[in-house]
Amino acid sequence: MVGNSTSNTLILRTAATFLVPLQMLFSVFLLLRGHDEPGGGFIAGLVATAAVVLYLFAYGVARTRLLMRVDPRDLLSTGLILALISTVPGVFLDQPFMTSLWYELVVPGVGKLKLSTPLLFDIGVYFTVMGSILTMVVALTESEGEK
Amino acid sequence: MLLAVLSGFLLAIAAPWLCPLLKDRVGWFMGLLPAVLTLYFASLVPVVAEQGPQVMAYSWFPSLGIHLNFLVDGLSLLFALLISGIGTFILIYAGGYLKGHRYLARFYVLILSFMAAMLGLVLSENLITLFVFWELTSITSYMLIGFNHEDVKARASALQGLFVTVGGGLALMAGFIMLGSVYGSYSLSEILSSDLALHEHGLFVGILLCLLAGAFTKSAQVPFHFWLPNAMAAPTPVSAYLHSATMVKGGVYLLARLNPAFDESSLWTLLLSLFGGLTMFTGAYLAITHTGIKKLLAYSTVMALGTLVMLLGIGTEMAMVAFVCFLLGHSLYKGALFMIAGILDHETGTKDIAAMGGLRRLLPVTAVFAAIAALSLAGLPPLLGFVAKELLFEAVLEAPVLQWLLLLLSLGAAVCVMVVAGVVAIKPFYGPLRETPKSPHEAPLSMLAGPGVLASLSLLFGVMLFLPQELLIAPAVTAIHGDPVAFKLSLWHGINLPLGLSLLSLVLALGVFFNWHRLQPSLAILREGVGRFGPEAGYFRFMKDLTRVAAWQTRVLQNGTMGNYMITLIMTTVLVTGYTLLSQHGNTLTLDFDGGFFELFVALLLLLSAGFASMTRSRLGAVASMGVLGFSVALMFVLFSAPDLGITQVLVETLTVILLVLVLFRLPSFASLSSPLERGRDLVVAILIGSLITMLMLAAIEMQYFEPISDQLVKDSVPEAQGRNIVNVILVDFRALDTLGEIFVLALAAVGVFSMLKLRAEDPESHGR
Repeated sequence: MVGNSTSNTLILRTAATFLVPLQMLFSVFLLLRGHDEPGGGFIAGLVATAAVVLYLFAYGVARTRLLMRVDPRDLLSTGLILALISTVPGVFLDQPFMTSLWYELVVPGVGKLKLSTPLLFDIGVYFTVMGSILTMVVALTESEGEK
Repeated sequence: MLLAVLSGFLLAIAAPWLCPLLKDRVGWFMGLLPAVLTLYFASLVPVVAEQGPQVMAYSWFPSLGIHLNFLVDGLSLLFALLISGIGTFILIYAGGYLKGHRYLARFYVLILSFMAAMLGLVLSENLITLFVFWELTSITSYMLIGFNHEDVKARASALQGLFVTVGGGLALMAGFIMLGSVYGSYSLSEILSSDLALHEHGLFVGILLCLLAGAFTKSAQVPFHFWLPNAMAAPTPVSAYLHSATMVKGGVYLLARLNPAFDESSLWTLLLSLFGGLTMFTGAYLAITHTGIKKLLAYSTVMALGTLVMLLGIGTEMAMVAFVCFLLGHSLYKGALFMIAGILDHETGTKDIAAMGGLRRLLPVTAVFAAIAALSLAGLPPLLGFVAKELLFEAVLEAPVLQWLLLLLSLGAAVCVMVVAGVVAIKPFYGPLRETPKSPHEAPLSMLAGPGVLASLSLLFGVMLFLPQELLIAPAVTAIHGDPVAFKLSLWHGINLPLGLSLLSLVLALGVFFNWHRLQPSLAILREGVGRFGPEAGYFRFMKDLTRVAAWQTRVLQNGTMGNYMITLIMTTVLVTGYTLLSQHGNTLTLDFDGGFFELFVALLLLLSAGFASMTRSRLGAVASMGVLGFSVALMFVLFSAPDLGITQVLVETLTVILLVLVLFRLPSFASLSSPLERGRDLVVAILIGSLITMLMLAAIEMQYFEPISDQLVKDSVPEAQGRNIVNVILVDFRALDTLGEIFVLALAAVGVFSMLKLRAEDPESHGR
């Protein structure tokens, strides 16, 4: 059954070992390019979640928790806090609450890096999406094990 | 100024990390912030005295007329100084009182948040912002009363305080909205400087009653006074801070703030004088029927709050001066007395005054501070309390309504309060030493600093009246009255009627004080008798009935069958939306289809998978075909070149299938649970909602009431939001508030699922992580 580490195939496990890092990388890529090209925090969060869920199917809950290091609920709260923080800075610059701010950083050899409060907000969305779905999936899988 | 208000919240965030780091010195460190704030507010005093009220503006939701503006005038500065000044000593005191407590960090988080919220409340210039801070103080107060959350009584008291104050808060919000619509602005300075005659407006009575409901519940006026003494279940620093010096004065602050707009109304004068006077006497009388030191002080706080409201109601210039003096005097001595009560409780292990005695030799310093503070409470010269009480009598003598009633109530209250002062300052400290649960010794410096400074200030201000008069009292009186008032404070007014009344009350009080122990039982019996039919009994009955109604409507509406919920929701939508659609739009809908081969193919796939999902007998098959359905929709998005939507749809669909698979294993195996009749009903419902959505889509395509905003969004995307992906720009910039709401909903859903699966009452182990 799902999450039960005895009944999993070798193929799934081997595939997961290679796919999970790639998926995580892809999710970060989607997150960062989201403002200009298709992507963004929501989509990236879903991709990252899918990666973790794949790992969960292959190796079970205990090893997934080990891999994540943090409780999914902490991801959830981190995301909400980041999104909230991103709304504040405008107020201190005599602008309305939630006004977006940009700061362009020139990184030698890479090009221009656009840092902004919407990016921070998007990262918050990323973590919230990831945290909330994983909270549900992990809770469901664990309670299945209890039965 | 923004930083000054919000710094409490910032320090509150850091508190959990600071507490283990600083160990026993944490109280002194936390005290630094309000100390700095006190200096900052003090530096504004000369500015306001010279240049008049200052408004400091920050935008918040400018499109809704809601600003994070701060109004600094005599009244708000006086309150801000009290909040930060007393707060300094409370934070230091708490470091000693709760030394080594398991939840000390939590305590600092809450009390710092409260301090910030309270500062926001008194400094807000915008009604809506004020309301937000107002509710924040109610919520932090709730958590602080219930701080000892393992105690059933503390939890019940906390909930009672919350219900009463938040219930009033709702009324207050309605009042604010009406007030805002009458004046066309939520700005306090605009409302107060407007020429509009509010009391002639049609909404006046409604506004007045709503505002009074909010202010009376917060400031524990009769008949809502019962929550305040119960709130004494909180740790003593909380009682000293929230429930005597600051939060409960929030309602009084609001009334004083709005006084210039209301004081021409005779209804305002009558209601405030009457309820204030009754509260004053009730509080003072109930105080002497108790022997628990905190209850005693709590009821005398109720008395003080009543006095303040009554003085606002009387509304003469003398009453305004008395109001400010009394406010200042009360905050100083009551803060000190509560902290002394905490010392007694901490050192002896009992709260019952009757069980204490002879502590003077063991706690000499505490005894001195208690004596000074109690003299001010009793209103004896040369303390600030004396000046305030003389002014109170003078103000009552010139009251425009109910003069004799108010005078009698004031006299009665003065007698009772003197008895309270005697009981607090003399009973525990003199007479033979009594055996107490703990062997007492003098409190540490951190716990003596607060009472010491506050009691000394009562004395200093009393002797050197010119100090507070020019800097604190005069600007505050101006702010409440609306115009400058000329007055001169002095300790000696000559031999006049107020002095006579003071002497009379002193004589009566001495009589009661020496017979206090003998009178105690009969006083308590009277209290019990009233208590059976009093407002608190009403509260319990109301809550019981409310719970019964809630249980009934839950049984009816939420019977636990998913299918019933769906049918209720869908049929409501079909009926209401369908009726609107047919009556507004008519039933002429045209379908013109010009899709190509791919679209037709996908549409066919959609239909097939939907059909299969509803016919199949295998649960896994149903899930899989729902997946096909979702992917087909994604394909549709791709065909109409919406890659973001397509990607999202694919991902959501994948995860939905995973979640469904996880859930389905928990369900009993598929059996024929529904009868043919029920299935027929479900079919009808499904067809109805399907046709409704189809008609809605067609109608939406056909009609264009407004210019589509998409062109505007496309145009603004790069210049205003620096992004070429419009979907993302809308999500994180143009409509970021919506997204913020949505991710909170998402988080709540996850927490809901988690708690349903993991938290069970019978299994305390699985609580937390």
